[in-house]
Amino acid sequence: MTLQIGDKAPAFKLTNVDGSTVSLDNLERCNAVAVVFSCNHCPYVLAWEDRLIAIQKDYAHRGVQLVLINSNDAVKYPADSFEAMKSHAAAKGYPFPYLHDSTQQVAHAYGAERTPHVFLFDGEGKLAYAGAIDDNYEEPAAVKHPYLRDALDAVLSGSAPEVALTPSVGCTIKWK
Amino acid sequence: MTIEFLYWQDCPSHEEALARLRSAIAASGRVEAELRIIKVDTEEQARELKFPGSPTIRVNGVDVAPEGAGGPHGLTCRIYLRPDGRVSPLPPEQMLLDALLLAGG
Repeated sequence: MTLQIGDKAPAFKLTNVDGSTVSLDNLERCNAVAVVFSCNHCPYVLAWEDRLIAIQKDYAHRGVQLVLINSNDAVKYPADSFEAMKSHAAAKGYPFPYLHDSTQQVAHAYGAERTPHVFLFDGEGKLAYAGAIDDNYEEPAAVKHPYLRDALDAVLSGSAPEVALTPSVGCTIKWK
Repeated sequence: MTIEFLYWQDCPSHEEALARLRSAIAASGRVEAELRIIKVDTEEQARELKFPGSPTIRVNGVDVAPEGAGGPHGLTCRIYLRPDGRVSPLPPEQMLLDALLLAGG
């Protein structure tokens, strides 16, 4: 099942790398929430994650919250274990929650396919944009379409993003 | 000279990686080289081929990026380091060119 534009965000309640529990309910007062399916080892995540960190820092004061979720099977891919998530988040100084979807139920609920895969919800919790962060994972300076930033600007101004859906680009989610 | 290009279908960069390899082969002048394109479909095959991830390129059996050629072996994407230290799912074309020229003597 893949979410459609306008769908409500499926609920989740997951463990954060700091040991706390983060649920979608915790975020209901945000003006926008971007749920990003991610992981520790995918080269596309690693190429894009500094841009995610910058987006969180740039939009935090406007009530935007990014939440990263790792749903990869840590048995087949030990680099995606919870312990490795804690190390990675600490090393990168993640300014957002990094949650462990160990059962992969949340990934299935959202229809996540790859890492990274963005699902941006507006202040009413409705899906406004889904897909890639921008159009150039390799060269930040060569980005022509900063999809997530553009979608955030639209949502925060009360408009629908001009581009609501793009293909997610990255490694497939490692299913059990 | 034998060049092996190993890839996993679910890796989104394998087509671009092959294009870069073909470009590097042309630039190196090693047009007589035998290019084997090997699609890795199963975890068992990945282990048998010692496949550290997609794409993997070997020139005369030597990985173009030896530091990333170790295990674990499986169906996954591979990380390459660019000259500027950034991470990429693709080997830089210069890395491929250097490997081809070095292997040719």
